[in-house]
Amino acid sequence: MKARVHVMLKNGVLDPQGEAVRHALGSLGFEGVSGVRQGKVIDLDLAEGTSEETVREMCEKLLANTVIESYSVELI
Amino acid sequence: MKAAILVFPGSNCDRDLQVAFERAGADVTMVWHKDDALPAGTDIVGVPGGFSYGDYLRCGAIAANSPITRSLKTHVERGGYALGICNGFQILTETRILPGALLRNAGLKYICRTVPLNVRTSDSDFTRGWAAGTELQIPIAHHDGNYQADAELLRELEGEDRIAFTYNDNPNGSSGDVAGVLSANRRVLGMMPHPERAADEALGGSDGRAMFTSLMTALVSA
Repeated sequence: MKARVHVMLKNGVLDPQGEAVRHALGSLGFEGVSGVRQGKVIDLDLAEGTSEETVREMCEKLLANTVIESYSVELI
Repeated sequence: MKAAILVFPGSNCDRDLQVAFERAGADVTMVWHKDDALPAGTDIVGVPGGFSYGDYLRCGAIAANSPITRSLKTHVERGGYALGICNGFQILTETRILPGALLRNAGLKYICRTVPLNVRTSDSDFTRGWAAGTELQIPIAHHDGNYQADAELLRELEGEDRIAFTYNDNPNGSSGDVAGVLSANRRVLGMMPHPERAADEALGGSDGRAMFTSLMTALVSA
């Protein structure tokens, strides 16, 4: 089985890389992009039967820094 | 004073930190990240700058889960001293030994230059060698030194006099201009600037030296 983890900076934490991407889109002529937030997608290959709770524990302990980042888990 | 300096794959300020401690008179042992115990009688652990594990995942995140880092946590929980500089500061926040987090510099550029720092408190064994308000010239060299603390945390740090240093001219977007923070028991300091690179007049300045001599004075009898 597989799980996909999305890690994003929390709302309210300024994302300087996302801002740079937004400016670059503007200079390429794409108008109306009012915000860009950049995050990470982490795909995990897991032993069958691994619980979502275990994946959440992985997020809490390593995959996300919950001081500044939020995460979501998708079992696929 | 017995100092142990942690060495991770990608550490690159470990030898500078060793020399700074030794010049102050400390007995220094280098400790590889796969070791699981600190040398007996370690008074202070130095967590050096560099790019541990290539900054993979997040700066300091993998090092924060190294075997030796568990011993560092135990050492700190028992009231031991620790000094984390640059990547070392990132590791100390990733282990949650120190609060907050370090993000990419607001200007997105790696910055390598000497900057003016303000000593905000002399009430710690790291900063006792300076009067509060002293201005120091200390090098910074980082890409991810943008200290993130929300308003509540900043109030707490200010209220407890735990902000050790602030930038005079904030180079990286850090909340409250914070360049270095102390733990609640004032025995752990994390900072982005490099006092160990400013510990020898022949190498561009010695404004950082007082940190090591002041630690020596405090810990020599410990």
